[in-house]
Amino acid sequence: MNFSLFLAELWNARMSLINGLGNTVLISVVSVLLGSILGVFIGLVMTYGGWFTRFSVRLYIDFLRGTPVFVLILACFYILSVVGFDLSAFQAGVLALTLFCSSHVGEIVRGALIAIPKGQTEAAKSIGLTFGQTFIYVLLPQALRQILPTWVNTATEIVKASTLLSIIGVVELLLATQQVISRTYLSLEFYFFAGFVYFLLNFVIEQAGRAVERRISVP
Amino acid sequence: MSPILNISGLHKSFGQVEVLKGIDLTLQQGDVVSLIGSSGSGKTTLLRCVNLLEDFEQGEIELVGETIGYRESSGSQRRRLPEREIARQRAMTGMAFQQFNLFPHMTAVQNVMLGLIKTKRMAKDEARSVAEKWLERVGMEARRDHFPGQLSGGQQQRVAIARAIAMNPQIMLFDEVTSALDPELVAEVLAVVRDLANDGMTMLLVTHEMRFARDVSTKVVFMHQGRIHEEGTSEEMFGAPKTERLQGFLANSQI
Ligand SMILES: Nc1ncnc2c1ncn2[C@@H]1O[C@H](COP(=O)(O)OP(=O)(O)OP(=O)(O)O)[C@@H](O)[C@H]1O
Ligand SMILES: [Mg+2]
Repeated sequence: MNFSLFLAELWNARMSLINGLGNTVLISVVSVLLGSILGVFIGLVMTYGGWFTRFSVRLYIDFLRGTPVFVLILACFYILSVVGFDLSAFQAGVLALTLFCSSHVGEIVRGALIAIPKGQTEAAKSIGLTFGQTFIYVLLPQALRQILPTWVNTATEIVKASTLLSIIGVVELLLATQQVISRTYLSLEFYFFAGFVYFLLNFVIEQAGRAVERRISVP
Repeated sequence: MSPILNISGLHKSFGQVEVLKGIDLTLQQGDVVSLIGSSGSGKTTLLRCVNLLEDFEQGEIELVGETIGYRESSGSQRRRLPEREIARQRAMTGMAFQQFNLFPHMTAVQNVMLGLIKTKRMAKDEARSVAEKWLERVGMEARRDHFPGQLSGGQQQRVAIARAIAMNPQIMLFDEVTSALDPELVAEVLAVVRDLANDGMTMLLVTHEMRFARDVSTKVVFMHQGRIHEEGTSEEMFGAPKTERLQGFLANSQI
């Protein structure tokens, strides 16, 4: 291992690596954000919907959770273009991760909602809140506190899963790294470096999650 | 003047089981009516119907002359009112629950303010001053910024009562507000209820505290198996119960 050579190549490759990192962050943030919004909606429907919507959404969740993310990504990229949705690799990848995220968030939101005692809804109703108001001001804040640790975990899973987008040619951090390696042949060094960056990303996410948890925790 | 609450011919079933079998009850302004009766006789269900937390199949509930929950449509069909309308009518009655049901993620004062802001559409400042006034009334002003988890059961219940009554309801419903409390905390909550009763608040309360029921009630109603079995003033009911069932019930409860 030649450390100073590695540092020199790292410096040379800095722009493409930063670019890749930027894409990884962008992919993760967008997927987690959209997936979470969709997931809250799914959790809501799963908890309060009629039997038919519940059944359909259940199928959706089980299908997505039972499918490897890798397959989802390939499906979004190749199958959708066959049926006429021409998504770029980036869009298809984000779509796949969003769906994946939504199924996980949907499940944990549902779990958190049904764990809230019925008395909470009744107390909210009895002071005249509508269902929408009850959900937004009473149920959701309690559910979100409850799911935060699991949700942070899902976010780190998404960051890791974003590496799979390299397969369909999205130049995120892993593919950017591989491109550098194919030029420099410093595979051990650069893979190690990439692994370290992923670790750092997730470490930051987890710490941020803990900080938020402490901030919003109620006695 | 129309009565505050007028229940007529109320029937309510859970599946095949009929739990309320024709209840008629009227409360005038300032009446304090205690519901007593053995477990399962339908007291809670009756309160929940008045608060529109339960659907009911037959009969009518009027609040200050307004029929709540349902509307007669063509013929003898009745229709449940839309959600928004039901929400408005619910706010006309205040309910205090056995388990307090405070919102755990909000401080005492935020608990009281929520309905004022969202239902009554008060500005924040106004809601805060109303909430603080009621917290003071129930002796909780010093703890207004505490979360429910930092309060004793009795304190939580007093905040819950403030939350309900701050909405300025036509009638307060109390469902065994002291039965989840440790014995030494019962008195502080009963004192709050008594204070409101003395102030002329119309209330319908379910209680197992017979001595308290005797002291505060203008009328006592004994329920048995989904029916009103006997009713009368405190003196009549506790002094000279007519039916054997009430006699038996009172003999088994400590006064
Ligand atoms: N959600 C429900 N589903 C089915 N049955 C119910 C439900 N709620 C109450 N019941 C039944 O209705 C009957 C009346 O219950 P209710 O809670 O009104 O009695 P109660 O007089 O308040 O009793 P307690 O003194 O124990 O509180 C009981 O037989 C009870 O089992
Ligand atoms: Mg009861």
